[in-house]
Amino acid sequence: MPELGAFLAMGGYGAYVWSAYAITGLILGLLVVASLRARRSMRANLDEAEQASPRRRAR
Amino acid sequence: MTFVRAVVERDLKLYMRGVVDLIGVWMFFGIAIAMLPLSIGPDPDILSRIAPGAAWAIALLASMLSLERVFAPDQLDGSLDLLLLHAPSAHVLVLAKGFAHWLVTGLPFVVLAPVAAIALGMELRGVLPLAGALLIGTPALSLIGTVGAALTAPLRRGGILAALIVLPQTIPVLIFGTAAVSETLMGRDSGAYFSVLGAFTLAALALAPYAGNAALRAVRS
Amino acid sequence: MAKALHRLANPARFLRIASPLLPWIAAGAAVCMGLGLWFGLVESPPDYQQGDAARIMYVHVPAAWNALAGYAGLAIASAIALVWRHPLALVAARCIAPIGACFTVIAIATGSIWGHPMWGTWWVWDARLTSVVVLLFLYLGYIALLHAFDEQETGERAATVLALIGAVNLPVIKFSVDWWNTLHQPASILRFGGPSIDPAMLLPLMLMAGGFTLLFAYLVIIRMQTELARRRVMALRRTALAMSPASDA
Repeated sequence: MPELGAFLAMGGYGAYVWSAYAITGLILGLLVVASLRARRSMRANLDEAEQASPRRRAR
Repeated sequence: MTFVRAVVERDLKLYMRGVVDLIGVWMFFGIAIAMLPLSIGPDPDILSRIAPGAAWAIALLASMLSLERVFAPDQLDGSLDLLLLHAPSAHVLVLAKGFAHWLVTGLPFVVLAPVAAIALGMELRGVLPLAGALLIGTPALSLIGTVGAALTAPLRRGGILAALIVLPQTIPVLIFGTAAVSETLMGRDSGAYFSVLGAFTLAALALAPYAGNAALRAVRS
Repeated sequence: MAKALHRLANPARFLRIASPLLPWIAAGAAVCMGLGLWFGLVESPPDYQQGDAARIMYVHVPAAWNALAGYAGLAIASAIALVWRHPLALVAARCIAPIGACFTVIAIATGSIWGHPMWGTWWVWDARLTSVVVLLFLYLGYIALLHAFDEQETGERAATVLALIGAVNLPVIKFSVDWWNTLHQPASILRFGGPSIDPAMLLPLMLMAGGFTLLFAYLVIIRMQTELARRRVMALRRTALAMSPASDA
């Protein structure tokens, strides 16, 4: 696997390149996961609140 | 005009009443200057090189110390309502508040500039440029600070928050204030830097009343 | 009553339009970033000066662009909120802020990592990095002020004013920092992605920039959906409380 090794080495800059991409991926990934989770739990809250409330606003 | 005078006199009296606050600003300046050689080392070369920037940075931080006292006490005891009621407009009140703040936190450093210059081993021909730059630039700091104080007026401990939101906005003043002094010391023509600094203060004078008015409306309705 | 309906209508219309778009935006972001990664890491040649380290550009520059564009969006939304009192604009502004702050952090971190092989040190106060740090402070100040008040609306109004002050001041700050940097020229300065850039590097850069922008939009919409749902929950709870027999006593 010399090709893969060369690719990972990035001409000697491997540690820099991969850590930069890893940090970017980590932050963006966490942001997406946190946002989706918050939306899911808030939607569950909304369902609960809508069921609990007397149906005044039947649209 | 009489309203501005009344507000300034009232604010000064209030600042005086909190003697600790008033003396505190001066003492902060002095102690911070004294801390500098203790942390950086007494080497006169290094100290004199960083002196203009250090004096400006300390003046900036010191002017942040008392932002909590600009609007928050008046908001808390309801006198801000009365002030706004009697003010020709909220803009005038913001200007008066900024001026009072500058008298307490800006002006002292203009007066203390020679002390800072000597303590930090600055050449004596730097005293006048330092005092001049502080005189021209610190009003902008107080005006920007007043807007920050207005934005945090109803908060119980809004001082730190006010400083956090104000400090980034003061970067241009800090950069050109320091440059005006250090370029003069290096024997270069620094008139342009003083002009830019003056332009910042004039711009703050023109814009801060509107920003302060918007800020007061935003947090007080 | 009509006014209340009007206030409800706009967020509802926003949800009706934005929600079906969301999967497409997500797909677009994934495709752009996938292709961008392929071209950026594999297909494009190493920079003749910086070697493979220049590949950091493909995440650093799009993050920095989006951080800046995000603040522009924050300022525009704040202006709309202040002038037309559009409720949706306030929601948009408060949702943009944390995302923009995260993109700013990415720009700073990758810039620092890129700087180490190029400058030999993790941090240089170069004009661009300094400006991005200031941008982070502006974002954090906005977020701090937004959450400082007991009443959400007060915080939103205060933060709106702050965002506009920052938007007016940002060009002045940028100019000052650039000028300050020429005054204290560092010994060795390497320009990030100058104007003359290899076309083979431009393609992945543009793909990644597009992908980052779409991801930004995706995140903003998700957070706006969350915030709108939260407001609806609060409104429902308030009416439920007002109608409950206990409140009559």
